[in-house]
Amino acid sequence: MNDTAVTAARPAKPVPAGGYLAPLAVLLLIFPYIAPAYQTIILSYGLAFAIAAAALNLLLGYTGLLSFGHAAFFGAGAYAAGFVAKYLHVESMELFLAAGALSGIVIAALFGIVCVRYTRIFFSILALALSQVLWSLAFKLFWVTGGTDGLRVPTPTLLGGVIGTPADKVTFLSHQYYYYTLGVFAICVGLMWLIVQSPFGQALQAIRDNEVRAEFVGIRVRRYRWIAFVLSGMFAAVAGTLWAPLNGLATPEALYWPFSGEIVFMAVLGGFRTFSGPIIGAVVFNYLKAYAVGRTEYWQLLLGVVLVILVMAMPEGIMGTLARIGRRVRGEA
Amino acid sequence: MATLVVQALNTAVYTAVLFLIAGGLSLVYGVMRVVNLAHGNLYMLGAFVMAWAAGGAAASVAPPLLLLLLPVAGVIVGLVGAAIEPTLLRPLYNRAEEYQLLLTFGLLLILEDLTKFVFGPTPLSASTLWSAFGPISVLGSDYPAYNLLVIFVGLVSAVLLWAFVYRTKFGVMLRATSQNRKMAVSLGINVRGLYVLAFSIGCLMAGIAGAVIVPVQGAVLGMGVDALVLSFVVVVIGGLGSLEGALAGAFIVAVVRTLAITFFPELELAVLYLMAAAVLVTRPAGLFSRSSS
Amino acid sequence: MAQLLAAQGLRKSFGDNRAVDGVDFFVEQERLVAIVGSNGAGKTTLVNLITGLLTPDEGTIVFAGRDVTALPVFGRIKAGIARSFQLVNLFDLMTVLANVRLAVFTRENKTHQALRLADRDREAEDEARRVLADFGLADKWNVPAGGLAQGERKLLDVALAYALRPRLILLDEPTSGVGTREKSQIMDRIESVVRSRGLSAVIVEHDMDIVFKYSDSIVMMHEGRVLAAGAPGEIVRDERVATILGRTAAR
Repeated sequence: MNDTAVTAARPAKPVPAGGYLAPLAVLLLIFPYIAPAYQTIILSYGLAFAIAAAALNLLLGYTGLLSFGHAAFFGAGAYAAGFVAKYLHVESMELFLAAGALSGIVIAALFGIVCVRYTRIFFSILALALSQVLWSLAFKLFWVTGGTDGLRVPTPTLLGGVIGTPADKVTFLSHQYYYYTLGVFAICVGLMWLIVQSPFGQALQAIRDNEVRAEFVGIRVRRYRWIAFVLSGMFAAVAGTLWAPLNGLATPEALYWPFSGEIVFMAVLGGFRTFSGPIIGAVVFNYLKAYAVGRTEYWQLLLGVVLVILVMAMPEGIMGTLARIGRRVRGEA
Repeated sequence: MATLVVQALNTAVYTAVLFLIAGGLSLVYGVMRVVNLAHGNLYMLGAFVMAWAAGGAAASVAPPLLLLLLPVAGVIVGLVGAAIEPTLLRPLYNRAEEYQLLLTFGLLLILEDLTKFVFGPTPLSASTLWSAFGPISVLGSDYPAYNLLVIFVGLVSAVLLWAFVYRTKFGVMLRATSQNRKMAVSLGINVRGLYVLAFSIGCLMAGIAGAVIVPVQGAVLGMGVDALVLSFVVVVIGGLGSLEGALAGAFIVAVVRTLAITFFPELELAVLYLMAAAVLVTRPAGLFSRSSS
Repeated sequence: MAQLLAAQGLRKSFGDNRAVDGVDFFVEQERLVAIVGSNGAGKTTLVNLITGLLTPDEGTIVFAGRDVTALPVFGRIKAGIARSFQLVNLFDLMTVLANVRLAVFTRENKTHQALRLADRDREAEDEARRVLADFGLADKWNVPAGGLAQGERKLLDVALAYALRPRLILLDEPTSGVGTREKSQIMDRIESVVRSRGLSAVIVEHDMDIVFKYSDSIVMMHEGRVLAAGAPGEIVRDERVATILGRTAAR
């Protein structure tokens, strides 16, 4: 059995994103005006998941750790919004986000202490098992969490009411809330991009590529893994908080381990060796799932087959494959 | 006193089922270093096959004969495993182990819907089989006789498995391969065939677990996903790759669960997962593992 | 000359195997010490003990007057001990420049910076380029480390350790896997860099010609113990050494 870490292969030269960014940004900005409301709402979901997938990739693509427990953070972020609304009687989105980010940090800090002592499969399984602790609590402590009914997340006020909230929820979600989500998405992705390009990011990649050498270059491997874990958990929780008002409800499903699998699926679909891969993957996966659920009751079968094909034939994902095609077209190796 | 007997027996039942599922998972890992996230869904498949067969044939066949369906269900699931390993798992052995997790997760999704497709979206029951055995008096308390059968199946399986791994020629080759694959190949052992066999046995165990417990609790979509995490807890505690560990781990988990249900029902599951984490932190190799299977 | 490194009574066993069995090992300031011995003599284990990859079962290690026996790897690096590896250990996917620059980042305590662009750090890049120039790798700066020839990889491995500005550098077979002529080139490079900065170095080496040409003193290990230690001239005259060398040569 090969011991090489999942990311220690030839690096994919990133598809030059610069050229695509501007038109993409324009498209995202005018989207509510060129597409029907329900499409915009679907895209909002996609953007929230994109933050979660990018967060996962901080660990996977850049630090070499595959977490099968990220639902814990996403769900925590969602429930944080619900708790803040229910127990503090607050409806400010900023407070929701702050609570979400804080929950992500605290939970990831705790889980991380345990998880980063391990690598490879043990790490993945441990993350899974710990995330189930949260799920089981949400499931069983129904008088606090609403159990399987979930916890209601009311329509939040954005920027303290500066952005007005129209009475019609659909309009709200497809306009004001969409732009808010876009803004949070841009900030989160921007921060994560800075992180991976920074000296800290270089250290993480070194840990991914050669743990022993990283140690002997003076990097405190375990500590940095933990920090990456906490950052990853924080951003994933923010994603969950963003998702909650869209869903209207924080439910145990958001904490259930197969959902962690979906987040991994998104990252792998888009290509976990690039920065933009998981983001693209999340949006595509979201559309894929929405399409599949709408067409057939056997949507899990469809998704499962896609994943199997992905792993067997296209492990570098969408962006990786595009990069490969690009190289061939340009006549490089 | 009565409840103590009942609780103890329930614990034994739970141990038996957990051992079968987790033991299969552990065996596969021990021999092949594969973690199969779809393992729980093979347990579910066994449950559905049994429930469908026993439920369908219940009216016309005497209950004791229906028990013959147990190994049949197990074998069917084993055959599914024999189909999966060479086609989907073998290509991944030369790649990073994380890809197995991804692929078997895809398999999980596929099996979930295939089960729904073949057996329908509603839960299936084989409770008539369960009630047909009636209660039996154990140390003064009435206890379902079928449950005792489950304990019996668990015991027999443990013994058979132990004999197979430690007393047969196959078992020797199995253990040799798990310790040192390259050496095994150079000794002329047909490692490929061995892998198919090991994986099939692991699936068979999961299938039997599902089949034997289904008269007690029914077959429901999603039961596999639940069961998987529990079996992870068992193998983490007992040590991945060790059959004795799977048995010990199953017992510990069963005991803790029974205690938790009695005293802190809300924390039942949380306690188990926390226990797994605690074991991983203190004794990462598991409480009972050795370096080989 | 003050002692930079004083390791005493070191013992390390792996099960029944007494890899290092009561070793006293000293390195003076600005000296190049060679450790020689047949395979399995315990040379690499000794290096691992000094650099912190392993903790000794018994014994102490004092570096620059400070007891570092219990110090973890990063602590020893901060104290001034760095190493290269027998089997070349690099960040193969990163460019040569990025490899060295990383060591510069850690030395300058910049690795916690998460919101600055690494590529914009002129200072670190210039320092990394200087190190590359010292090792003759300047023109390969943009090549992924995995794409270098073996001799260049060996040099880069040493450069990574050197970029940490250690006071003691331990090199585990820095010329292995390389042709004879290249061996001298590599050792010339290493020696000039080490001497010019006043570093002390410990070199594990099999090639006795190299050992005699470059080292100030030689420590010969055999079956986990130090058999003989001293200047090259003395060692050559030592009978036990000659026997071992003869045996090694005959193999």
